[in-house]
Amino acid sequence: MTGTVAATPAEVRAAVAAAHRDEWARVFGALVRFTGDWSLAEDCTQEAFARALERWGAEGVPRSPGGWLTVTARRRAIDVVRRSGVEADKLRLMVADEQLAAPAADAALGDVDADWRDDVLRLIFTCAHPALPMEGRVALTLRTVAGLTTAEIARLFLVSEATMSQRLLRAKRKIAEAGIPYRVPPPALIADRTSGVLAVVYLLFTEGYAPDDGRVVRDELAEEAIRLARLVADLTRDPESRGLLALLLLQHARRGARLDDAGDVVPLDEQRRELWDPVAIAAGLRLVAEAPLPRGPYAVQAAIAAEHDRAPSASDTDWPRIVALYDDLPQHPVIRLNRAVAVAMAIGPDAGLAALDDLGEPAALAAGHLLPAARGELLRRAGRPDEAVPFLERARHLAPSEAEKRLFTRRIAECRDAV
Amino acid sequence: MQYMMFVATDPDAEPYDPAQDNIQEWATLVQARGAHLHGDRLRPVEDATLVRMRDGELIVSDGPFAETREWIAGYDVLECENLDEAIELASKHPMARFGRLELRPVWPFDPAE
Repeated sequence: MTGTVAATPAEVRAAVAAAHRDEWARVFGALVRFTGDWSLAEDCTQEAFARALERWGAEGVPRSPGGWLTVTARRRAIDVVRRSGVEADKLRLMVADEQLAAPAADAALGDVDADWRDDVLRLIFTCAHPALPMEGRVALTLRTVAGLTTAEIARLFLVSEATMSQRLLRAKRKIAEAGIPYRVPPPALIADRTSGVLAVVYLLFTEGYAPDDGRVVRDELAEEAIRLARLVADLTRDPESRGLLALLLLQHARRGARLDDAGDVVPLDEQRRELWDPVAIAAGLRLVAEAPLPRGPYAVQAAIAAEHDRAPSASDTDWPRIVALYDDLPQHPVIRLNRAVAVAMAIGPDAGLAALDDLGEPAALAAGHLLPAARGELLRRAGRPDEAVPFLERARHLAPSEAEKRLFTRRIAECRDAV
Repeated sequence: MQYMMFVATDPDAEPYDPAQDNIQEWATLVQARGAHLHGDRLRPVEDATLVRMRDGELIVSDGPFAETREWIAGYDVLECENLDEAIELASKHPMARFGRLELRPVWPFDPAE
């Protein structure tokens, strides 16, 4: 089961790090299925990676690192259960009993390799179960599917490790105590639950774009979301999952141009498009082109992002098509707001202002900066700078980050100069 | 797994419509599945009695009860494979539309704990 060539310490570290990134979910997923106990599964998975660091040097890096780690973690679980006789009947170790009878853990490697997709899918769906609080779903997905440590997740969400550890513990406890099944949902539930999974991934991504300080770690969060989106898209082969992946790739492709050297937010129409990531854009455009019709909401949003990303400039963007795509989306207030801005680009600022009038002041937007920001900006473009100022001031007051407040300060100054 | 399902009123729910009340159908469904252990309606809060022992003294009084607009109108004890099955059964109960349902896993008493 192992390679024959010994590996250098550097090679071992690299191989273990790669396995941690790529194989954590399948090893952990297999162990949850095997033991029925999330905490035991976590301990044994961790232990298997520690063993790999010790042993891959002398034994060589195995041909199937995931298989090696799974078998090692399973042996560890069997040991733990053997030693704590009292707990054995409390753990749901039917499978373990079979394995104890036959010393066939190594022979099981083939079957371990074959099942991993289902194990990872079970994990993904269980972590996103709607009975868990949203923050628990997100944290648990990062811990168990993405394989991040508790400390890493705590850092990404800017909370203490103790807080994050509690959050994870509560989520794991609820899975066990409320009887949340560890499985891929049956056909009647799959559509609903898949959209729950996508919501977790999307939230992770938007959290990455929460525009306040700590920019560097936030980028990591967005990248973790893309990695998860790719995994979910590969495993479910669901068109909306691919739509979400495309959307994230196409939005994240613009990250290099979102802030200027002073750290100020650069609006889309002023971004230096040569700073956009052409590889991510190409991958996103390919997914959008392949998307089957009719498209779901993520795929439509991806198609909108694709129009922006493929356009040479804001003025050379196919705005009428963007407006038409917005019409295909559920008419949530934020969508209607974005549509009004697209109408302004397609037809003119006055048409955009009329669309904003139609929108009114829905509760979902009442407390945020988006509505006054849009109205102020459209008034400015309509050549009514004096009317724009109070809206831009209100937008600045409500904007969630300093970088955005500075953008509105700049706009207000431009309006005052124009009056 | 056993779940206690509290059937509660909810002022934000659809108004009660006797024509849409399919409780008999629901009862037949859960019985046929073998999921229904027992359950009933409860008399309204006006008929409730509060019992407390304070400093060794028994205090009996009528209904409490904080002025809530949601109150428990009934209960069912369900035996289900897992939470998803309990959710499925709850979703078919008429009070999922006219009120709301709370699923609480039963926590069997274990003297060893």
